[in-house]
Amino acid sequence: MPKLLKYAPGLTVVLMVGPLLAGLLGTVLPAFGYLPALGGGQASLAAWRALFAQPGLLISVRLSATTGLLATAISFGVVMLFCAAWQGTRAFDLMQRVLAPILSVPHAAAAFGIAFLIAPSGWIVRVFAALGGWDRPADIVTVQDGWGLALVAGLVAKEVPFLFLMTLGALPQADGERTRHVALTLGYGRVAGWFKTVLPRIYPQIKLPVFAVLAYSASVVDVAMILAPTTPAPLAVRILHWLSDPDLSMRFMASAAALVQLGVVVGLIALWWGFEKLVARFGRGWAEAGGRYRCEGSVRALGAVAALIAAGMVLLGIAGLAVWSIAGFWRFPDMLPGQWSVKLWLRELPALGDDVINTVVIGGAAVVLAIILVVACLEREQRNAATSRPGRGALWLIYVPLLMPQISFMFGLQVFFTFLGLERTLVSVVLAHLVFVLPYVFLSLADPFRALDPRYRQTALCLGASPDRVFWRVILPLLTRPVLAAIAVGFAVSVGQYLPTLLIGAGRFATLTTDAVALAAGNDRRMIGIYGVLQTVLPFVGFGIAMLVPAILFCRRRGMRRDI
Amino acid sequence: MPRLTARLMAAAIFGASLMGFSSLASADPAPDMQNWDAVLKQAKGQTVYWYAWGGEPRINDYIAWAGNQMQEKYGVTVKQVKLADTADAVSKVVSEKAAGVADGGAVDMIWINGENFAAMKRNGLLFGPWVEQTPHFKYVDVIGKPTTINDFTVPTAGLEAPWGMAQLSFFDDTSRVKTPPRSAQALLAWLQTHPGRFTYPQPPDYMGSSFLKQVLTEVVDDPAVLQKPAGDADAQKVLAPLWTYLAKMQPLLWRDGNAYPANGAALRAMMADNEIDIGFSFSAAEVSAAIANFELPDSVRSFVFDGGTLGNTSFVAIPFNASAKAGAVVLADFLMSPQAQLRKQDPKIWGSFTVLDMDKIPPADREKFDALDLGVATLSPADMGKVLPEPHPSWMELVEREWQKRYGVAP
Repeated sequence: MPKLLKYAPGLTVVLMVGPLLAGLLGTVLPAFGYLPALGGGQASLAAWRALFAQPGLLISVRLSATTGLLATAISFGVVMLFCAAWQGTRAFDLMQRVLAPILSVPHAAAAFGIAFLIAPSGWIVRVFAALGGWDRPADIVTVQDGWGLALVAGLVAKEVPFLFLMTLGALPQADGERTRHVALTLGYGRVAGWFKTVLPRIYPQIKLPVFAVLAYSASVVDVAMILAPTTPAPLAVRILHWLSDPDLSMRFMASAAALVQLGVVVGLIALWWGFEKLVARFGRGWAEAGGRYRCEGSVRALGAVAALIAAGMVLLGIAGLAVWSIAGFWRFPDMLPGQWSVKLWLRELPALGDDVINTVVIGGAAVVLAIILVVACLEREQRNAATSRPGRGALWLIYVPLLMPQISFMFGLQVFFTFLGLERTLVSVVLAHLVFVLPYVFLSLADPFRALDPRYRQTALCLGASPDRVFWRVILPLLTRPVLAAIAVGFAVSVGQYLPTLLIGAGRFATLTTDAVALAAGNDRRMIGIYGVLQTVLPFVGFGIAMLVPAILFCRRRGMRRDI
Repeated sequence: MPRLTARLMAAAIFGASLMGFSSLASADPAPDMQNWDAVLKQAKGQTVYWYAWGGEPRINDYIAWAGNQMQEKYGVTVKQVKLADTADAVSKVVSEKAAGVADGGAVDMIWINGENFAAMKRNGLLFGPWVEQTPHFKYVDVIGKPTTINDFTVPTAGLEAPWGMAQLSFFDDTSRVKTPPRSAQALLAWLQTHPGRFTYPQPPDYMGSSFLKQVLTEVVDDPAVLQKPAGDADAQKVLAPLWTYLAKMQPLLWRDGNAYPANGAALRAMMADNEIDIGFSFSAAEVSAAIANFELPDSVRSFVFDGGTLGNTSFVAIPFNASAKAGAVVLADFLMSPQAQLRKQDPKIWGSFTVLDMDKIPPADREKFDALDLGVATLSPADMGKVLPEPHPSWMELVEREWQKRYGVAP
């Protein structure tokens, strides 16, 4: 096994680097005028001139940046506040229980559900409309507001559970519970004690997920198409429109815009990183100053309310979709449909067998590959930790797919797999999914893996166990929870892939998501409801397993239970 | 030594798995269009991957039916690749051209029209000409329905086969609108007394752009200039009446014109939510179907403008590198047959009007067309009124660009 491990980082980079370089080149070259298939044979800056002449370009860029930053800051703040205020309580347990269903709802379905909640003709208004006897919704903007606040709300609702999951994985490594107790004993308030002692140990572990949230929020397309303003839209959405323009020459400009998008994301991460350094600097003084902050009732309430709203939006949203899926005619301002019908379910369900099989096979294969590669890379890194820090530099490459709009990436990826003669094969679809799954698996697992107390390994080695035996008997069991969480996250990411499945698979592999997205174009809420619910089921099984298995495995191991 | 064996085995497994999963089709010679029997023979056993918008279950069901018929009649397997956007199919073909795939491509047929067709034709991405040599093309009404050979004024040149007629029609909730406005000017006047109760999808969405084209065709001084490329005329002057019209309309739109629905289908949901009173679509049958489907209240009815509304044709085309060209040609021909066209026009199935000439098809088939029950909310082809021709695509590009400048950035 040590021999095989040696190849792990190399293999990972090889599997990722081809598609990545292809994806990048497929964006960079057209941005500078090179795309012979469409008659672009020479380097030119025409695409950039066209881009900067686009009306409202700066507003789009600003919108992407502000909504991305705001959504990340709020999500991070809510999760930290909630953990600080409620760790070790029943409210905390309860939140863990509803986590799986919330995480399983696909982003677009959640966004659609939230849009139906907050629209002027939506569920919330209908409560008042029914009381007040209005039959006509107010003509005001809530969804698609100019500031992008609806988009921020939609993103926060989905990113809070993700960051919460990542934090749960990190807490045991950071020894959060004991640290918290010590702080309490020293007379610190619950929240202040947590922020002063636990946060500094948790943050390094969830930093990468936070960056991923930032990158995702600033470049999201599907959620933005439902909730973001359109006059103008955020940059990523406009890139999608330009790439889909019948005028094929628009693709040059779209590629240039994709590079701007990349710049926006990198800039935001740099900004966040700088802010983090600043906070670390001043926070140290604050922590050392010794303020106990015992009066914290309102802060704790705020943490609970914020978490509740985030969770409630997704749950109510998916409930709304479920109701729509069996609704007959449903007019404003009725709270519930006047008629019910399962006609559409009966029509759709029988045809879904192949979709489900394809979804599970592709997602399963991609996530198994991803977890093996990631664990192997990390294990090798740990074993060589004493002598060198290899591979880390090259491994940064795997985050590139998270930093770029997927749509701009797809063109190069298609050309790459077509060159290899692999396009339209299951292998290529799985490899294409791997490009997007592996980064999430890596960032879910890397920090907890690296944060594992090295003394476990050293002790086991000193007791005479071989490195392999240490890995199987000590390291892996200790990391069961984050490994399973990483698998579940990876699987959910794979289930949600639309463009890679459609374009690399050339339509040969219909999945729940390819059908769902195609049908969503018809804008029938009943169909969107059906597929939104169906798309939620598979990841739910994944997350459910990831949470149940450790609970069963560790029910007799007090030290491995999460809340102890 | 054992290590080497292990490596060889791994390589062999990897290679075998590639072979096993690889389904790349071999080159398919261009079918000999002069010899239909040879085309049929070549088509037999082929699988046609048809890239088609998949947003409407009724349409997907129709395509599945056509696939079953093709299997029975000609031994051709048809698989629909459901798309959210036709641009994805175009993108696929472009990426294959970039990778040098001159045959054995992934896309065998695309449901297409308008700007997408113009772009693919211009970039040499289509196979053909082949349409006029197919047996059923002789039934197509190329005189009475000139859009069957001129796609948004661009000559189809035998590169795409017509398979359905579309005409812009409006719909209103008769419980809320007493007398529907029957012209662009009347719509504006109605909006002045009912502010916020109408909108159009945001251009460059197909339906939103179509609405602008409808208005343009009505308010322009001389509609004939729109049939020629925009470069030939003083575009600013031609478009001026459109901008005057929109300057009055924009502040009266739903959400004061600060937000727009994403696409035409969204208008139906907005009707049910009582957000708007008047919507529009390219398929009059859609209204009856949507009522049956619980998407619209049963008080909704279709209407058209007195001066006529825009009409166009949707087509199927075959990419230059398709793997099953013969199969695709036979499928396209079947789609133009009276049997397939009749089923397509049946509102219980789809409700898309036929491209065929009722005087050319066999009398028995004609009787079946006459006997179709079109449903309560659907206008018959005779009541659809005058069909206005689509402007040349260059006008649309101009209008979309200028619209983006004027209204794409909220003040």
